[in-house]
Amino acid sequence: MAEENGAKNGKGLLDRVRQDITDLRETIKEKGKDELEGLKEPEKTQVFRSIFRVKHDETPRNRALSVLSNVFFHLHPAKVNRDAVKYKFTWGMGGITFYLFIVLTFTGVLLMFYYHPSKVQAFRDILYLENDVPFGKLLRNMHRWAAHLMIIAVWLHMFRVFLTGSYKRPREFNWCIGVLLMVLTLLLSFTGYLLPDDQLGFWAVTVGTNMARATPLLGTEGPFGAILGMTPYNDVRFALLGGSIVDANALLRAYIWHCIAIPLIASIFMALHFWRVRKDGGISGPAPIMLESEIKEEKGHRPVILRPSGMA
Amino acid sequence: MADPVEGSTAAPPAAKTAAVTAPKPPAAPKPAAKPKESADPPDPMRRRVIWGMIYGYLGINLLMFLRFFFPRALYEPNTIFNIGYPADFSIGIDQRFLMTNRAWVVREPDRIFVIFARCTHLGCTPEWKPAENKFKCPCHGSGYDSEGVNFEGPAPRPMDRAKIALDPTGKIVVDTSKLFMDDPRAGVNQFNDPGAYLPV
Repeated sequence: MAEENGAKNGKGLLDRVRQDITDLRETIKEKGKDELEGLKEPEKTQVFRSIFRVKHDETPRNRALSVLSNVFFHLHPAKVNRDAVKYKFTWGMGGITFYLFIVLTFTGVLLMFYYHPSKVQAFRDILYLENDVPFGKLLRNMHRWAAHLMIIAVWLHMFRVFLTGSYKRPREFNWCIGVLLMVLTLLLSFTGYLLPDDQLGFWAVTVGTNMARATPLLGTEGPFGAILGMTPYNDVRFALLGGSIVDANALLRAYIWHCIAIPLIASIFMALHFWRVRKDGGISGPAPIMLESEIKEEKGHRPVILRPSGMA
Repeated sequence: MADPVEGSTAAPPAAKTAAVTAPKPPAAPKPAAKPKESADPPDPMRRRVIWGMIYGYLGINLLMFLRFFFPRALYEPNTIFNIGYPADFSIGIDQRFLMTNRAWVVREPDRIFVIFARCTHLGCTPEWKPAENKFKCPCHGSGYDSEGVNFEGPAPRPMDRAKIALDPTGKIVVDTSKLFMDDPRAGVNQFNDPGAYLPV
């Protein structure tokens, strides 16, 4: 029984395989043709269409849809007024700041591959990066220069926003977020200062954290600090350094604040900042006019009309 | 077993009484205005308790989060240390304990005191320059004379002095966590207080 079945099946299997091969010979040419065409025009394949759903035609609707349906573009407005992007209005400083943040994130992550935040290794790793790691010197200098430039770009951005009055209604909230982002940028710079663990960074952080002693209420040498029982062992400086002196704990804390905590917080605020830029009328130009009926009314107050100042 | 059951049965009446007593004033005019909801009136106290618990939970978590940043044990040089006998020090500045304990021992004809080596401007460690007979801070250029009294640069007051005492064996014990300051701006001078120096 078993042998019969085996022979029967074997025969059947052989026939089927033969049939399949002949079928394949016919279809493979067509399939190969399709594949080749797909390689020639990848935007017509189903895989491509599943990623980018919208035609890239020159119709206004499709151009808007291609922005709206892309996760990276959708933070942007679907349409921008031609005049709004003039450099004389914006100086492009906000965008440059963001670009530098991306450069810093990329180079910073690469630097982390060779850097140990410990007192024994930190400075040695810097020397190693400078002298032996392939492109280590380039990476470190890119990180350093981008950090300097980002500080400059942030201040110029703030200066421009001030000059063009872009902090005014209805952009007050976004101005405040921007100020927070500026503080976070400065903190990123400050925490990064200690990481090489060289003389410059060490004394800079010594000086900087000594200023924290004078924090009102929370610092041992600040106003009301001593009355509230602050000592060098329980004040805000102690929490920043993880000790009473700039030592291994301070290095590790600076590292974690610099590489994880502050970039994370700043990213959240950046998303909010860019979104509000868009909602408050774009990167330049007047704010959108809202109807009085759409505005949240405070009890006992006249509704505030969200018109750009000067139009009220 | 009996206790939790009793507790659970006892809790609702307590909450009800609280609910009845607290939000009575606003509850009185409402039934007339909204007769539809009278079938199942929301108990505002219940929400208040729930929100109170949520905020309490988050608040305690925040406090725990903040407390987390203050370590209990420190791996730092001990602030209390032994520097030997008074006879070990000759007149002048002794730098032996600068690297380990951030302190200079100063011997004068009538007294020994310990200068805590922290610039009163922004906390760098000054340098003793024997040739110029002064301490000089490399950060912003504050200068102090051989007693640690500021005479140039941005330092606002003389360097602080650490607590100094003799132990029963006659050795000198220094405590840099207890500092004596001389602040002319505040009109405070603790340099002649007991513990700020050791008469010899």
